[in-house]
Amino acid sequence: MTDSKYFTTNKKGEIFELKAELNNEKKEKRKEAVKKVIAAMTVGKDVSSLFPDVVNCMQTDNLELKKLVYLYLMNYAKSQPDMAIMAVNSFVKDCEDPNPLIRALAVRTMGCIRVDKITEYLCEPLRKCLKDEDPYVRKTAAVCVAKLHDINAQMVEDQGFLDSLRDLIADSNPMVVANAVAALSEISESHPNSNLLDLNPQNINKLLTALNECTEWGQIFILDCLSNYNPKDEREAQSICERVTPRLSHANSAVVLSAVKVLMKFLELLPKDSDYYGTLLKKLSPPLVTLLSGEPEVQYVALRNINLIVQKRPEILKQEIKVFFVKYNDPIYVKLEKLDIMIRLASQANIAQVLAELKEYATEVDVDFVRKAVRAIGRCAIKVEQSAERCVSTLLDLIQTKVNYVVQEAIVVIRDIFRKYPNKYESIIATLCENLDSLDEPDARAAMIWIVGEYAERIDNADELLESFLEGFHDESTQVQLTLLTAIVKLFLKKPSETQELVQQVLSLATQDSDNPDLRDRGYIYWRLLSTDPVTAKEVVLSEKPLISEETDLIEPTLLDELICHIGSLASVYHKPPNAFVEGSHGIHRKHLPIQHGSIDTGESPVSTGPTAALDQPQVIPSQGDLLGDLLNLDLGPPVNVPQVSSMQMGAVDLLGGGLDSLVSPKPCIFSVSQILKKVFVRVFWSQVLLRLHCFVFLCSFGVIPTTPLPIHTPLMPNQSIDISLPLSTIGPVMKMDPLNNLQVAVKNIIDVFYFSCLIPLNIFFVEDGKMERQVFLVTWKDIPNENELQYQIKECHLNADTVSGKLQNNNIFTIAKRNVEGQDMLYQSLKLTNGIWILAELRIQPGNPNYTLKIGASLFLSLQAYRPIDRSSVYKVVLEGCQT
Amino acid sequence: MIHSLFLVSTAGHIFLEKHWKSVISRSVCDYLFEAQGKASAPENVPPVIATPHHYLISVYRDRIFFVAVIQTEVPPLFVIEFLHRVAETFQDYFGECSEASIKDNVVIVYELLEEMLDNGFPLATEANILKEMIKPPTILRSVVNTITGGSSNVGGTLPTGQLSNIPWRRTGVKYTNNEAYFDVVEEIDAILDKSGTVVFAEIQGVIDACVKLSGMPDLTLSFVNPRLLDDVSFHPCVRFKRWEAERVLSFIPPDGNFRLMSYHVNAQNLVAIPVYVKQNVSFFETGSSGRLDITVGPKQTMGKTIEDVVITVHMPKVVLNANLTTNQGTSTYDPVTKVLVWDIGKLNQQKVPNLKGSLSLQSGAPRPDENPTLNIDLRIQQLAISGLKVNRLNMFGEKYKPFKGVKYVTKAGKFQVRT
Repeated sequence: MTDSKYFTTNKKGEIFELKAELNNEKKEKRKEAVKKVIAAMTVGKDVSSLFPDVVNCMQTDNLELKKLVYLYLMNYAKSQPDMAIMAVNSFVKDCEDPNPLIRALAVRTMGCIRVDKITEYLCEPLRKCLKDEDPYVRKTAAVCVAKLHDINAQMVEDQGFLDSLRDLIADSNPMVVANAVAALSEISESHPNSNLLDLNPQNINKLLTALNECTEWGQIFILDCLSNYNPKDEREAQSICERVTPRLSHANSAVVLSAVKVLMKFLELLPKDSDYYGTLLKKLSPPLVTLLSGEPEVQYVALRNINLIVQKRPEILKQEIKVFFVKYNDPIYVKLEKLDIMIRLASQANIAQVLAELKEYATEVDVDFVRKAVRAIGRCAIKVEQSAERCVSTLLDLIQTKVNYVVQEAIVVIRDIFRKYPNKYESIIATLCENLDSLDEPDARAAMIWIVGEYAERIDNADELLESFLEGFHDESTQVQLTLLTAIVKLFLKKPSETQELVQQVLSLATQDSDNPDLRDRGYIYWRLLSTDPVTAKEVVLSEKPLISEETDLIEPTLLDELICHIGSLASVYHKPPNAFVEGSHGIHRKHLPIQHGSIDTGESPVSTGPTAALDQPQVIPSQGDLLGDLLNLDLGPPVNVPQVSSMQMGAVDLLGGGLDSLVSPKPCIFSVSQILKKVFVRVFWSQVLLRLHCFVFLCSFGVIPTTPLPIHTPLMPNQSIDISLPLSTIGPVMKMDPLNNLQVAVKNIIDVFYFSCLIPLNIFFVEDGKMERQVFLVTWKDIPNENELQYQIKECHLNADTVSGKLQNNNIFTIAKRNVEGQDMLYQSLKLTNGIWILAELRIQPGNPNYTLKIGASLFLSLQAYRPIDRSSVYKVVLEGCQT
Repeated sequence: MIHSLFLVSTAGHIFLEKHWKSVISRSVCDYLFEAQGKASAPENVPPVIATPHHYLISVYRDRIFFVAVIQTEVPPLFVIEFLHRVAETFQDYFGECSEASIKDNVVIVYELLEEMLDNGFPLATEANILKEMIKPPTILRSVVNTITGGSSNVGGTLPTGQLSNIPWRRTGVKYTNNEAYFDVVEEIDAILDKSGTVVFAEIQGVIDACVKLSGMPDLTLSFVNPRLLDDVSFHPCVRFKRWEAERVLSFIPPDGNFRLMSYHVNAQNLVAIPVYVKQNVSFFETGSSGRLDITVGPKQTMGKTIEDVVITVHMPKVVLNANLTTNQGTSTYDPVTKVLVWDIGKLNQQKVPNLKGSLSLQSGAPRPDENPTLNIDLRIQQLAISGLKVNRLNMFGEKYKPFKGVKYVTKAGKFQVRT
């Protein structure tokens, strides 16, 4: 007889029947009924309507019935808060029960009832339970504080429960200590003050004592907590390490990994030449290996972490490469991770074994895995120089298998090997060329084309080969097109006599028949180069290429150090810092590996800098300043590196034909954008590189956008500049700028995107129909709330009211009315912006006083919230300018 | 901490959900289904899946996904270990961990989960303690329950073990026959290449114990050759200091069955490979056929017999059928799963088992690229292949004389021969 009977009730009146049974006189019947209710609940049926009947069953001595009712309560209290109050009394009573099990059960269940009204009643019983004589109750109460904090953080703080928790760290029972630590660490994740756990040597000692005696889960919490501590000197670090090391032999893999985290972190503090350092390193390796004999899920997490450890301290596992050999029935996610680590551990000593393995993997079933294995062979060749020859011959063997995706992947990595070891393995090119027809992936085709172009002089029929690719030029992917273009130009420079036709063909395909700006531009560059100065062209196109770097996929060292502090966490699985992805983790501060102190104890913790890091990011777009300032402040980001142009020398930039000779920067070209009324005037300077613009993007508060593309049809010569007038409209995307009249321009050419900004005089945005009806003006002026009004003084303006009015009208600021109050001229004016916002102004002019008073208000600011916080001083400036012109 | 748990069958049916904090909609499992759709097999579903608001950490056991939902930074291994512990507890309680058995015992499952986790913190995960609080279903008890109208399966006493310094043992244990048995079980994980050379080999060993001793016995187990062990993981009851200093296992045992320690030996020269395998699996370029010829024989067995030898081969998809003959055991080929199983049985010195014949391939299909790997299963009684030997077991703290016994067995773990 099993519980499945609870599921087989007849549909009709199920709830009704349960209700009757719940109110049965017999205790046993009632228990059966509650069981049925729970069974229905677990499969997601709604049995909340039985709430009062179930709660009635709570008053019982039968522990199982009580537990079942509690289970029900936890599930449905939220949906029936008023009814749940009925249960409170019972809870409070249970908290006083002589049986500690009941006390603990009551306090535990109360914490799970996520109803505000109930939590208020929970405080007193909880306070008692935190000081209960029975450790079982205390440890349950400790967790309850964390539950409560989740529901009502403020109350927990007000009631002083956090202090009670801290006191529990000194508890005599290790389980209580562990739970208190766990509760505190959970709370600190959502708590603004993440340093809830004040770690001092006394506390640490207590934690270390508790570590030996508490359950495996408690050990994890304590170890994670220990890893946040910063020992004051190497002696303390060593003594902690000594006491943590036994945890490496725990059967629970999570304990082992948490211990590894503590040790990896504290290793930083130990002097490298000490005996203990070496011993500790040796001790770290076996447990890591053992983790790999666990369940596949454990292996996966372990492997992700080992990946970090191997990068930080390769010496730990360098002897153990064999444990990373792949078994055919490993899950794919384990296989891929193992492969990655194998490459990291590959060295001259073990390369033969590694290569034999990789070759074996290349015949497996899973295509993704096979590809990665082939790629791995290439990475080995690049990493271990002595093995390059072996790797190449292995790759050749693989190409002989004629398995399509293996061949393609092999060709891609062979290209990289050529880049790393030029002029060494060209003898295999013939073999590669045999497989030309079977290549159907862009990566592989591009790789092959690159090889043919690069070694055109050694391939007799290079022109034929490249020509064969040219036939379907427009169906190829961009990557292949670009490579083909370059390859044919290389070929032409090497064998000009036979290939003139071919190069003309490709240049015309690229420049005239293609819609792709990248391709067109590169075509133009080559065309120009070849037609103007073939010698320079040769220098540029056939220049020495920089060797490719050994390992491109290493994690950046500061990130690696941070991740080492997070071994065993989600961050370590994703190889991202925790603040990058954990939701609501504002409490997490960036962790750093401790820095080894000198012999003198500075007394200060080396850690906890963190939050300033984000502040000093380079500001790409200067928001203010004059034109020249803009140019000089421009930060174009990291130097760009596009293979085809990287070889060209980009020397100092002659900006304004000698005016700014001293400006030496990596910028290949500079723009200025100045302005004349509604036209934007673009001046383009070119440095030594011939470039063409691709596109031109405007961002502005007023949606200014050019209506025609940039009319630069021919590439610009070095140092050439041209002035262009562009008609603009205001229908473009609107983005709030600061200041409001800031215009940002982004220009893309084949090197990178460049950003510029300038200020547009606001008055160009005043429209001609900005004259408001008198009546409307009157009403609107009154309606403008005070906070939308501002006063401004215009100084030193010796004009009378009529002239001012006239001049302003020329700038589309219209005078609606004029009156004379107490000898002062009052001008009421209106203007309208292109985006439909009205601005009203009152100008007060006292004859003889050169200072005017301007009161300004905008009625529509309220309805257009987005514009509310704008800096309105720009508007005044315009008015001021208007006055003075 | 662990927020919610979903149990999901391979067919995508969510048959149990438990929330320790607020309720999370079961639609969060859609991300798992999405990952499952991408994976070629359920075991290839990655164990950590990120969703916009949660992380799903899952283990796949006995055709069930145990999916934990977490919201804050929690060590994934902690969750994975816990989920495996849940699966083991079900196995322990219900004899098997399956959708049917969990559904049959849903109330116990719910009570268990409630005891195992409180607000996402593990509470009681030791089988000993759980059984004290929630009695496992037994046939006898369910019969009695039916007759008497049911008795409680929740214990009314405080689980004493949870508070003491030895949480794994309850007090007041009494047996009429006091006995302690230890099984040394070793599994060989090995990869042999085509020519039979060892590419990689290691031994995963465990010592499982069944201790039924009254009172509070304090045991000491010593080995003849403890230095053999490269790495060890112990049950929490083992005193690590004594192991470090003297290489003996000193412990107060839990009551009943438990895993005392696990270890591994990976020094290559110490790992004896008990069988040799000669194989030739080839597919012809033309004619849509192939040949298979496998011979297995005993190698380093230290005088013991190798039993229960089974060779499993996962054939490439294009292999339609196999026409094979053998001089020992039986061979079957399942054309649907493409698995060839050759059940050999005992290996004896005189006659060397051999399996050979032809494979028929799908006509017109290209020659398969991959080489099938042979998976070997075997068992050797009364031998720990690493050579590990228990020296003696001493008991302190109690007066009676227990029965003691040690059994050795060697099995093949992931024992693979590449072709």
